[in-house]
Amino acid sequence: MNGFLNQLPIGLSIGAVLLLAALGLTFTFGQMGVINMAHGEFIMVGAYTTYMLQSWAGHNAVIAALPVAFVVAGLFGVILERTLIRRFYGRPLDTLLLTWGVSLILQQLVRDLIDNRGVQVVAPDWLIGGADLGGIRIPYNRVYIFCLAAVCLVGIWFYMSRTPAGRRMRAVMQNRELAACSAVRTDRVDQITFFIGSGLAGVAGVALTLVGTVSPTLGTKYIVDAFLVVVVGGLGQLRGALIAAFALGLLNSYVEFWSNASLAKVIVFVAIVAFLQARPQGMFVLRSRALT
Amino acid sequence: MFGKSWRRLAPLAVLPALLLAACGGSGDSSSDGGSSSDTIKVGLLHSLSGTMAISEVTVRDSELLAIEQINAKGGVLGKKLVPVVEDGASDWPTFAEKAQKLISQDKVATVFGGWTSASRKAMLPVFERNKSLLWYPVQYEGLEQSPYIFYTGATTNQQIVPALDYLKEQGKKKIFLVGSDYVFPRTANKIIKAYAGANGMDVLGEEYLPLGSTEVSTIVNKIQQAKPDFVFNTLNGDSNVAFFKQLKSAGIGPDQIPTMSVSIAEEEVKAIGAEYLSGQYVAWNYYQTTDTPANTEFVKAFKAKYGSDKVTSDPMEAGYNAVNLWAAAVAKAGTTEVEAVKKAAGGISLDLPEGKVTIDGPTQHVYKTARIGLIGADGQIKSIWDSGSPIKPDPYLKGAEYPWAKGLSS
Repeated sequence: MNGFLNQLPIGLSIGAVLLLAALGLTFTFGQMGVINMAHGEFIMVGAYTTYMLQSWAGHNAVIAALPVAFVVAGLFGVILERTLIRRFYGRPLDTLLLTWGVSLILQQLVRDLIDNRGVQVVAPDWLIGGADLGGIRIPYNRVYIFCLAAVCLVGIWFYMSRTPAGRRMRAVMQNRELAACSAVRTDRVDQITFFIGSGLAGVAGVALTLVGTVSPTLGTKYIVDAFLVVVVGGLGQLRGALIAAFALGLLNSYVEFWSNASLAKVIVFVAIVAFLQARPQGMFVLRSRALT
Repeated sequence: MFGKSWRRLAPLAVLPALLLAACGGSGDSSSDGGSSSDTIKVGLLHSLSGTMAISEVTVRDSELLAIEQINAKGGVLGKKLVPVVEDGASDWPTFAEKAQKLISQDKVATVFGGWTSASRKAMLPVFERNKSLLWYPVQYEGLEQSPYIFYTGATTNQQIVPALDYLKEQGKKKIFLVGSDYVFPRTANKIIKAYAGANGMDVLGEEYLPLGSTEVSTIVNKIQQAKPDFVFNTLNGDSNVAFFKQLKSAGIGPDQIPTMSVSIAEEEVKAIGAEYLSGQYVAWNYYQTTDTPANTEFVKAFKAKYGSDKVTSDPMEAGYNAVNLWAAAVAKAGTTEVEAVKKAAGGISLDLPEGKVTIDGPTQHVYKTARIGLIGADGQIKSIWDSGSPIKPDPYLKGAEYPWAKGLSS
C-alpha cells in the first residue's frame, strides 16, 4: 500500500517537470504555431547557465540561476525569432527543419565550448534528502521542482489575465489580423511571447539540474514529452497544459509501478494516440471567431 | 538536356574507381600485415565523440601511453609503432566501417578498440572476414569467443560471478536487479538469476531503464518496497547519476541497502560525485589503488603524460595491457602476421598493473584477479576482497564450478 501511495508524489513530480518543460511551448507553439524543435535546447541553456553560475554562487546556484537562466534562455529565443523564425512564419514544415538544425548546432556548440560529456550541478544541502509523511517519502528536490512549476504557472496566469501586455498576447493568439487592425503591434507581441516562452524553458533547465546530469542532449530527452503535453492539453491552453502534464505524469508513474519503465512509455504513448483519435483538438479548444 | 542527364550519371562514373580502390585494398592487405621497413602501424578505434566519448577517450589515452613506452624501449622487432587513431563516434555501424578502413586502407597490423558490446558485435564480422585481429579492452557479458578477437577485459566468471560469491559470503540473500535496457545488462541478469536460483538467493525484482533515461524514482520506490539485502546495478551512462542522486534523496544509503555496480569505475565516480557514491561497492579487476610495482609506474606515467588530476580505471588498464600483450606476442612470433601472432599469444604472461596477466590460448581471454572495491569519500576505490589468484577465463561458464550455468550458452 505504501508503494502505491509513494507513487503519488512521484507522479506529481514527473508532472511538474513536464509542465515546466511544456509551459514555454504552449506559447510559442500554441500562440504562434511555430514548431520549435530548439525549445529543448533552451532547456539545456538554462541547465548550463546553472552550471556556470556554480563557480560564483556555489551550492545555491539552483536559486541564483532562476532569473539569470530565464533571461539568458529568453534572449536566445528572441535572437532565434528575430534572425530566423520570423522569416518562416506560415511555413510550419520549414520551421521544423530549421529549428531542428538550430538545435543540432546548439548541442555541438556546447560540446565544443564546454564539455562533450555531462557535467554536474551540486544541490545545496537543504535540497538533499527528504521527509517522511506517514510512510510516504517526499524528496525535497521534488518539492522544490513542484513549487517552481506552481510559481511559474501562477505567474503566467497573472500575466495573461491581469496585465495589458498579457491581454495583447491573448488578442494575437485568438485572432492575429483583428488584433493588428486594433493597433496591436503583433510582431512586438511575438517577440515578447518568444522571450517568455524560451525563458520558461530556461527555468525548466534549472529545475532539471536537480534530477540528473547536465549534458548536451538534455533538451532532446524532454522535447517530445513537452510537445505531447501541449497537443493533449490543447494549443495555447494554460489549463490544458496543467491537466495534461499531471495526467501524463501520474499515468506514467502508476503504469511503471505495475509494469516497467519501457512498457510504461509504450502504454502512455498508446493512450495518447487513442485520446487524440477521439479528441484531435486536445482537451480544451481556444474559442475564437476567426474564420480559419 | 545533356547537362541534366550528365549530372544524374556523374555519381556512377565514380563507381569503377571505387571498385578498383576496394580490390586494390583487399589484394594487398595480407602481404605485409602493417609493417614496413622501420615502422608498424596499429589502429586505435574508440568513440572520440558522442555519448560514449566520456569513457572511451580515456582508454585511447592509455593505449597511446603504452605505445609511447614501447617505442621508448626500441619498439617491436626493432620497429617503431605508429598509431592510427579513428573515431567510432558512439555509432555501431561507424565502428564496422572504420574497422574496415583501418584494415584495408591503413593496413594496420592489429586494432585496439571498442567499449560497448554493441560496438564489438558490429566489428566482429569485419575482423573475421578480413582475418585481422581486434583487441577488446572492456569487461563484458561473456558467451562469445571469436577467433579474431582477444578479450583483455573480464568475462562474467572474473567479475559478476565473484561479486555474487562475495555477496553470498556476506550472507546477503535478497537481491534486486537494476540495469539499462540493452544486451549487456539483460545477459548479465540472466546469469545472475541462474546463480541466485542455485544458491538459495531470492531475486525480488528486475527493472530496466531505457538508455539515457533519468526518471528513476519509480524504480527507487520499488526497491524501497521490496527491501532487498542489496541492489545489483548494471546501469550504464547518465542513468547512474540520476539513480544515485535519487537513492540519496529517498534516504537509502549503503547502510540500509548497498549497491554492487559493475559499470562504475574511477572515471565515473569522478563524474557522478564521490559524495553520492561513497560506501557503495563495485566489482572490477583493477583499481588505481591496486598495489603492484607495475601499477605505481603506470599511474605515475599516466599522470605525467595527461595531468595530475587524471585517474586510472579498469578499462584503461585493460587497454594498456592489450597493447603490451600484443607487442609481447609479436616479439615471440617474430612477425606481425596474424595467424603466427595468435599462435604465439597463448601462454604469454606479463607483470602488468593489475598483477600477473596470462593469455589463455584456447579462449583468447586473459587470466584476471577479481577484486571487490569499496568507494571512498575521496573518489578512490579500495579493494576489500579479491580472489587471491588470477581466475581462468570461462566465457561460456562451462567449468565444473558453474553447474548452475548449464543452458545459458545455448
